[in-house]
Amino acid sequence: MPNQDIISKLKQSGLKGRSGSSFPTGLKWESVRNAKAKKKYIICNAAEGEPEVFKDDFILKNYPEKVVEGIKIALKAMDHSSAYIYINKNYFKKYGQKLKRLIRKLPIEIFQKKTEFGAYIGGEETSIIESIEGKRAEPRQKPPHPTQKGLFGYPTLVNNVETFYYVSKIVEGKYENTRFYSISGEIKNKGVFELPEDWIIKKVLEQTGNWPEFDFFAQIGGGGEGEIFLPQELDKPVQYLASIIIFNKEKTDPYVLMGKWVDFLMKGNCDKCAPCREGLYRIKEMIDKKKLEKETLDDLFLVLEETSFCPLGRGSTAPFKSLISKVLK
Amino acid sequence: MKNIKITIDGKKIKAQEGQTILEITRKNKIEIPTLCFHPDLEAKAGCRLCLVEIKGKKGMHTSCSTKVEQGMEIITDSLKIRRARKTNLELLFAQHREECNDCVWYDKCRLLKLSKEYGLNINRFSDRKKDFPCYQFGPSIVFDTSKCIDCRNCVEVCHNQGVNFFDIKEKNSFFEVVPTKDKKRDCIYCGQCLAHCPVGAFESVGEYEDIEKPFMDKSKVIVVQFAPAIRTSIGEAFGMKPGEVVTDKLVAAIRKLGVDKVFDVSVGADFTTMEEAKELMEKIKKGKGACLSSCCPSWVKFVEFNYPEFISCLATTRSPHIILGALIKTYWAQKEKIDPKKVKVISIMPCTSKKYEVERDELEIEGVEPVDYVMTTRELVRLLKKKNIDLRTIKPEPADHPLGIPSGAGVIYGATGGVAESALRTAYYMITGKNLKNVNLKDVRGMEGIKKAEINVKGLKAKIVVVTGTGNAIKILEELKKNPKAYAAVEVMACPGGCIGGGGQPLPSTPETRKQRAEALYQIDAKKKLRLAHESPIVQKVYKEFLNNEKTIHKICHTRYIKKTREVRI
Repeated sequence: MPNQDIISKLKQSGLKGRSGSSFPTGLKWESVRNAKAKKKYIICNAAEGEPEVFKDDFILKNYPEKVVEGIKIALKAMDHSSAYIYINKNYFKKYGQKLKRLIRKLPIEIFQKKTEFGAYIGGEETSIIESIEGKRAEPRQKPPHPTQKGLFGYPTLVNNVETFYYVSKIVEGKYENTRFYSISGEIKNKGVFELPEDWIIKKVLEQTGNWPEFDFFAQIGGGGEGEIFLPQELDKPVQYLASIIIFNKEKTDPYVLMGKWVDFLMKGNCDKCAPCREGLYRIKEMIDKKKLEKETLDDLFLVLEETSFCPLGRGSTAPFKSLISKVLK
Repeated sequence: MKNIKITIDGKKIKAQEGQTILEITRKNKIEIPTLCFHPDLEAKAGCRLCLVEIKGKKGMHTSCSTKVEQGMEIITDSLKIRRARKTNLELLFAQHREECNDCVWYDKCRLLKLSKEYGLNINRFSDRKKDFPCYQFGPSIVFDTSKCIDCRNCVEVCHNQGVNFFDIKEKNSFFEVVPTKDKKRDCIYCGQCLAHCPVGAFESVGEYEDIEKPFMDKSKVIVVQFAPAIRTSIGEAFGMKPGEVVTDKLVAAIRKLGVDKVFDVSVGADFTTMEEAKELMEKIKKGKGACLSSCCPSWVKFVEFNYPEFISCLATTRSPHIILGALIKTYWAQKEKIDPKKVKVISIMPCTSKKYEVERDELEIEGVEPVDYVMTTRELVRLLKKKNIDLRTIKPEPADHPLGIPSGAGVIYGATGGVAESALRTAYYMITGKNLKNVNLKDVRGMEGIKKAEINVKGLKAKIVVVTGTGNAIKILEELKKNPKAYAAVEVMACPGGCIGGGGQPLPSTPETRKQRAEALYQIDAKKKLRLAHESPIVQKVYKEFLNNEKTIHKICHTRYIKKTREVRI
């Protein structure tokens, strides 16, 4: 398939990146393809790290050949390119051998994420690049965007496992605008479900037999940074990361829950910038004391959202803000 | 570079593509607070204080790391920006244990200045790091991690030095900067971590708790000697411009502390020049192997620890203050009929590493240490201020005879390239019997990391390389490994710009201040009649009366080096 073809097919499909940022895949590919360079890199992000998100795990288990096929398509589309699969240790243990068999002689290298440098931040695209370059997994200043200047200074395409899966589906002509939902929490059928991306969350839960009969709230978008929604707010599709976690309102201690989030974020962040490193710590202090001071919290939310270095810090307030305003009020 | 137009706070401003917002605002005198930003280092954008808003872009952006784009509309001050800066400052304040009285930034602390400007509640949060440990690096440097704000400037600068003494380790969900436990890496005491730390988490040993002690010993004859690099930098601490020459005011100020004699280390430098020129002459004549300078104790330690195979190339000539200290306790003490054991020599140095150098056993002369105590420029400043001695108003006085009048060559020792230039001026004379027609070796001056020059000496071509920063020196050493004859002379100073950018100097140390400090040293030299060490009357006199046999010369002026294993214990 000529290069132009794949880009327009991706654009037509409307496929958006499935790592949570929802950036149009066609545009990203076009940007890397059009960049003039002696070398280009493709990175498949298989470093799924957010709690309660396990759709890449599912895809790697069931459709690794489609993922590799998607990377192969990217290799063809980008001249002088080679690829990396950036994978966390656990997934490497489970799927490493299988992936190697599928890769065979393709220019794809499997790179295991280094666990000593923070767990979660390792999934942010510029942090992946730093990590593969042998540096600490810390975000880079953008611009330049990786599509212009990424791994070792060359134009780099970073896409998620699921995105590559759907690229291969698109090329096969079998893409039906579906996505993979990780559904967990206090539900009957925990698991990963491939369903239309425009379904409202309520429908997703109903169709999978997971709509709770008790009073509940849901965390949408991951067990670390996902936002809290009440049952009556679930009449819209998932926007970013397709993870749905159900909490029994009566049985859930909001402070314990917030404690889990903040511990995850503090462990997963890189500590490079002050608001994320110190702000989260001060939020933790308040949670531990079960004493939330509104004015201070508002200040901390402001600096986290507006002055953090990378998306991890900027997105970290969503669960706290929504839980406090909707559940704790 | 493409010219572009941007708007800052409603004002149209010309800029160039590739420049950061901060570069433009500084150029246009628009005030944006910074803390972790240092012009020597990459913008790490960690402290999040230099925030601005950009029209059409979400959130706030750090001006140190954001590049301008055509048509960009930038706002540098708004209620939201102020609130965000204030909150981030409060967060930084709360991880920094205050010890303001004992801080290397003392009256120039940016945290305090900003806290006043932004109406900070400095106690909004409790001190997160109050129980964090202190580490001592040999006899030179203290790292108080309870003051660290995690900007990691120290990590970067130490990496740039090729030393890599710091690690980032995870503890209780935080990545912290700690000295490494790796036995293959050791501190070279250059103090560039200190010079690049925005909040004073580093200080030199004794700073400032011990500044009065060395002067208290009334049973001793107290002799103070001050380094070449200080005369053009110490004025900054008293509100003068960088590069203001205050040599004689400095002498008067030190004398006012009640000491017995004040000598100039630049005189010691003239002796170092004589001996180093002899070593250099041998190398040039024989045309084999390089002569590595050895005035900088951090560089010497770097070689001894990281490149022991080059120990035999290091000049055995002692550093200027060690030679002068030795002459004070021998030649001068004999003349004055004082028991050398009764003389106490205090060196005022721009350097943290000299605190380490004076503890080297091999420098002892018949059980007497040439120098008893080393104080940094900053420590002297604090002492003078404590005693209400003001450099601006004090009446200048010349240094004492006979070790108080240096050549210009001895003065430029304080800048990168100065040692090589001085030694070459004299080596040229030693080989040819004539003085250089033009003694200004401009190729080895300036702030670049590596400078090269070639000199024609009686048909022999001598290649010289001058390096500042041990990181840059690695390149030259690797070159010498492949081709030992690549250079005849290699001068290395660990600190940027040489001693004028030393770890003991007044803060801040920026490319601009260092340039001015160095240029002023060259101006002193240019104005002097006496510009060659070998023409110095005191040098000639001492060689005639005292250093007139190899044994004495060796004892006073030369030393040896030892392959080192790690010294710093953590």
